[in-house]
Amino acid sequence: MKTTRHRLGVAFFAALPLLALTACGSPSEPAADGSATLALLIDNNESTVNAAKSVVEAFQAANPKIKIQTETRPPGGEGDNIVKTRLSTGEMSDVFWYNSGSLLQALNPAQTMVDLTGDPVLKNVQESFLPVVTQGGKVYGVPAGTATGGGILYNRKVYEKLGLQVPKSWAEFTANNDKIKAAGITPVISTFKDTWTSQLFVLADFFNVQAAVPGFAQDYTANKAKYATTPAALTGFKRLEEVHAKGYLNKGFGSANLDAGIKLLAEGTGVHYPLLTASLPGFVDKFPQVTTDIGYFGVPGDDAAKNGATVWEPGGAYIAKTTKNVAAAKTFLAFIASPEGAAAWAKGTPPSGPFRIKGYQLPDDAIQVAKDLQGYIDKNESAPALEFVSPVKGPSLEQITVAVGSGLTTAAEGAAQYDKDVEKQAKQLGLAGW
Amino acid sequence: MTSSRPSTATPPEPRTAAAGRRTPRRKGRGNPYPYVFYLPAGIIYTVVFLVPTIMAFYFSMTRWTLFDSTFVGLENFTDFFAEQNLRIGFQNTLIYAVSTSGLKVVLGMALGVLLTSRLKLRGFLRSVVFFPVLVSTVAVGITFSVLLKPDTGLVNKALALVGVSGPDWLGDANTALLSVAIVDVWKGVGLATVIYIAGMMSIPRDYYQAVAVDGGGAWHRFRYVTLPLSWPATNSVIILSFIGGLRSFDLIWTMTRGGPGFTSDVIASIIYKQYQAGFFGLSTAGNVILFIVVTALVVPLTRFLSAREVPA
Repeated sequence: MKTTRHRLGVAFFAALPLLALTACGSPSEPAADGSATLALLIDNNESTVNAAKSVVEAFQAANPKIKIQTETRPPGGEGDNIVKTRLSTGEMSDVFWYNSGSLLQALNPAQTMVDLTGDPVLKNVQESFLPVVTQGGKVYGVPAGTATGGGILYNRKVYEKLGLQVPKSWAEFTANNDKIKAAGITPVISTFKDTWTSQLFVLADFFNVQAAVPGFAQDYTANKAKYATTPAALTGFKRLEEVHAKGYLNKGFGSANLDAGIKLLAEGTGVHYPLLTASLPGFVDKFPQVTTDIGYFGVPGDDAAKNGATVWEPGGAYIAKTTKNVAAAKTFLAFIASPEGAAAWAKGTPPSGPFRIKGYQLPDDAIQVAKDLQGYIDKNESAPALEFVSPVKGPSLEQITVAVGSGLTTAAEGAAQYDKDVEKQAKQLGLAGW
Repeated sequence: MTSSRPSTATPPEPRTAAAGRRTPRRKGRGNPYPYVFYLPAGIIYTVVFLVPTIMAFYFSMTRWTLFDSTFVGLENFTDFFAEQNLRIGFQNTLIYAVSTSGLKVVLGMALGVLLTSRLKLRGFLRSVVFFPVLVSTVAVGITFSVLLKPDTGLVNKALALVGVSGPDWLGDANTALLSVAIVDVWKGVGLATVIYIAGMMSIPRDYYQAVAVDGGGAWHRFRYVTLPLSWPATNSVIILSFIGGLRSFDLIWTMTRGGPGFTSDVIASIIYKQYQAGFFGLSTAGNVILFIVVTALVVPLTRFLSAREVPA
């Protein structure tokens, strides 16, 4: 009896390391004739799924030997976790689409992705895009999708009816809001159930911040400039406070979600919606009028002479280092970043802004917000959002902006809270100078 | 615990030579099984509970990703305590735990009394009360988010019929946590009721007859028999729902995500958000703190409650 017990104990401890082993995936080996099957991981937003389907179909038609199997993941923080986990366990799909900018920096691309520096896949990529998929001087991705404008989506029909002009300054914006309110229509739509939509007055104000304080991004990354102590940066929080305090918001903004907000905007019962242009294409089927009725302008600043758009760069397509099909994956990336790839994308999902690809222009029937954004870019009146010029972004901004936008916290308090949140993130990332 | 183990639970030791070898291990323990019988449960307990718990204590002192970890001492704990919304979180957690367990005790007992009485539809009503317990919490959360919408929700539409304009239940900082708590009670009161029914059914009929003999009425039956003798049930309901309330997360997350802003954040949602942001070490530290807080509150509560138990 005693020995049995002992042996069982030994067997148990001997088995412990086995329990820690995980099953490893086995991606298919490349065949001699160049045929291969690639796994592609994308987020499950309807617009991404439609675009991917169209791009994959066009690619397979042009390259019959390569098959693409698409899998989806949730968007947002949950998706970030999936991507991080799969990369660090070596279980990542051959090719995956993911954000560029600060979120990419957190993935440790040098260890997990195939270096594309100087590779022919970048042939058609606009040079101005490369910095947002670069870490340590090496390029890891090609643009997948279109640039996105952050700012105010507005209902052009209502503007026409009330005889309003697109505002160039905050004072003009406020004057418009007063007229809209007087006409019995909701001036500003807010949808705080989808918390991320609350951040736009702050994040999309960055064109104005960098226009006023050109070195803000560098100083901010180096822990020298703060939102609470830089008046131009604090302005974004004040705007948020102000639209609530002046009673411009829709009823029930605290529990409304994106779908409800788009409905208000499309039907003209709400006029201004601080949002990303990329949010719109997903609703074209449901509200066909948004293609022409809804326009876009950047968040107006104090100075009408310095007016412009804050731009979110497209996400990237990346190759996981663990892939066995580098050649096939590169063929796919080169297709995504080609005029044909962009055309296929636009066929699947109406583009919400310009592509970052040489030799492809927005089609004439592009949705209005994309044309409006292109207008800002053509006039060189645009700046990338802060998350593309600094790796520092705090995770709680959306809760803080909901609190400020609902009048629960003051703008100054909210900005100070965000500075603390950012500090926590920088410390956790182990950034220099924090 | 007031009961001491009765000596008859130990089977009489057989005085044969074969069994004699085994006796030393049973000596003084009153343990009827050889230890090998405990091994399967022991392994599961060790691998699934003990090892992760000990690992959590270690990892709470590191900054870790899936593959590497840096030891940072107690820095995560100081960072966690410096969390700006932590005070709201603790406050909300306590309010939530106390209000939901309190309501579950009161409503559960009332329903228990009702459903142990001689009602015609007793069996049917019992299942109706228990039904919400069976539904997935996330489904309940999503359903009630729709019902509680300010303009289109059924709740406010019903209130509008009687001329009351209901608030934006989940979008208003004043009502968000309370609304979730009430839904939690709706979902959990069935379990409390079942515990009370079991407790009340086990009260011997003699006591009620004694009350009747002494000329007592319904109130006396409830006050002097049902209430004191269902104390063990009350005890279980309080402990279960209090712990449930302290670590509640799923309902709050599906209904408000801790919002608007941070106004309905509880400890668990703060921890979750940190995990989501990739601060694994920090969120592990938060879990260790939650563990300690729950233990520190529940152990004395259990002692206090079981000291008041009346032997039936």
